[in-house]
Amino acid sequence: MQTWQGPLEKIDDYRWRIPKSYMQGMRVPGIIYADRNLLESIKNDKAPIQVANAACLPGIVKNSLAMPDIHWGYGLPIGGVVATDIESGGVITPGGVGYDINCGVRLVKTNLTEKEIKPRIKDLIYALYNNIPAGVGSEGKIRVSASEEKKILTNGAKWAVDKGFGTKEDLEYTEEKGRMEGADPSNVSERAYQRGKRQSGTLGSGNHFVEVQSVDEIYDEKTAKTFNIEKGQVTIMIHSGSRGFGYQVCDEYAKGMSSAQSKYGISVPDRQLACAPVKSPEGKSYIGAMKCAANYAWNNRQCLMHLVRGVFEKFFNRSFNDLGMDLIYDVAHNIAKFEKYNIDGKEKLLCVHRKGATRAFGPGHPDLPSEYKDIGQPVIIPGDMGRHSFLLVGTKKAEETFYSTCHGAGRLLSRKAAVSACRGRSISQELAEKGIVVMASGRGTLAEEAPEAYKNVVDVVHVVHEAGISKRVARMQPLGVIKG
Amino acid sequence: MKKYEQIPHTSDIALRVYGKDLKELFANAAYGMFDIIADLEGLKESVSIDVSLKAPSKEELLVSWLDELLYSFYTKGIIFFKFDIDSINKEELVAKAHGRHVGENRNRLKSEIKAATYHDLEIKEERDGLNVQIVFDV
Repeated sequence: MQTWQGPLEKIDDYRWRIPKSYMQGMRVPGIIYADRNLLESIKNDKAPIQVANAACLPGIVKNSLAMPDIHWGYGLPIGGVVATDIESGGVITPGGVGYDINCGVRLVKTNLTEKEIKPRIKDLIYALYNNIPAGVGSEGKIRVSASEEKKILTNGAKWAVDKGFGTKEDLEYTEEKGRMEGADPSNVSERAYQRGKRQSGTLGSGNHFVEVQSVDEIYDEKTAKTFNIEKGQVTIMIHSGSRGFGYQVCDEYAKGMSSAQSKYGISVPDRQLACAPVKSPEGKSYIGAMKCAANYAWNNRQCLMHLVRGVFEKFFNRSFNDLGMDLIYDVAHNIAKFEKYNIDGKEKLLCVHRKGATRAFGPGHPDLPSEYKDIGQPVIIPGDMGRHSFLLVGTKKAEETFYSTCHGAGRLLSRKAAVSACRGRSISQELAEKGIVVMASGRGTLAEEAPEAYKNVVDVVHVVHEAGISKRVARMQPLGVIKG
Repeated sequence: MKKYEQIPHTSDIALRVYGKDLKELFANAAYGMFDIIADLEGLKESVSIDVSLKAPSKEELLVSWLDELLYSFYTKGIIFFKFDIDSINKEELVAKAHGRHVGENRNRLKSEIKAATYHDLEIKEERDGLNVQIVFDV
């Protein structure tokens, strides 16, 4: 029997509505972006219930949204987007951002070709594996004092660049330039500091990775030219977040929010959606801490890219500049942002929660780097380790989703089911037969993260492209991966 | 009686934990969590910590207990696998957790748990004892 028994009204081939009447307390309808095919797997999951739950959040504007890679999370579903109106009592919820605050991806180009790299890929992946700290509770070489860590929290990726771990251009091509204004270290507990102090420049575990890939399809030649990428070219994708620091911040604020919420007379259907008005002291305090974690994550990905560049420099005996290792873009996919939108003819400042969703500003948006002004914001969508990843750009039409789009393939199988499905098989062997070299530090990681545990990212990207909320530019295939 | 079992959850890991009383339930939940993190079989204890916690409800106390142990795992590098709950009521817990430093046991590590969540968390009383479903963010 399907988990979801409620209504899903067809709006068009890619949009499905959960009407307000589905559940008492829903303030707006829910809209799920999916095609008929993906919708079937979505209905077998608890995620649609979570879309309806999120529609109960005070101050929510227009719709409770879900991207096609939606799956069951806690609080908001993974793939959920919720915007609240700050001036009308709109809330912020730590459960709408997640534990891994500013988990995200960056895409780095090189001027190497698949042909050059393929014969040496095994050695290259080994070198990456040996030089990038990964795995459960991994600690890195970058260890900082408490006062230095505070600088990371307020300066984000700029901290790394100031230390020589990157260039000014790297910051230009990072969402928010790698640093959110208003980060307040006084809202961060001693415990979060403790968990964060040794983890800058570490990958972590689970679905985090560094992948060496080659571009195998270009959909939009003109835009690809702006990114300086073409078929056969090697790119590198880095996926990680705010590590133990962010988890601790979310944990503490999720606990504190439930008492705040009763103070403001708010009730929500799931404890993990505990929230407070953005303008309340509790809301402000979480936001100050969340921004610290976001900055921690941007610094982490900057440090990781620095380590990757170092490995490539040594391996190819050429400087990273000479190898053309420029950052194409870095996006956050677990975060709450403050953005202005025109709602019923009035400009309003909204708090946009994106949990497992990527910001996708369309062409002309003032926050884009000048080089990308005409084409829109790059959107980086990793797939599973056996199949493709995508580079897309945002569109003007994405205003309907508060300029948000999908963030990845989205899980299909639970980790337990994936491990059962892979019993007696060697995933690394199967991938090797497809020409993909994989190394993972955690026992069981490969089975849990096996390609079949995920929806096919091609289907997910098809929906966002056809729905018009972002546009395909290029597709990449994996050559080698290191996992935590 | 089963101590705990992993139940399907699409994105994260969920456990259903059983216990005849709160003491057993809390000890089994902690063991179940560390069983996700590391291979515990044959580990010998060499280090203990004291835990003393207060929370507004037994569910919140459970999450605090698990998060406390996670915090010690990440900051002190201890894999815990034996738990003596000295006293527990709905709002307060005093316990000892025993374990071993990660050190040479790094190859035993399996999955990183970010936190225990409140999602759908409810300690249920049934005829044969207590049970609870806990979703962990991994």
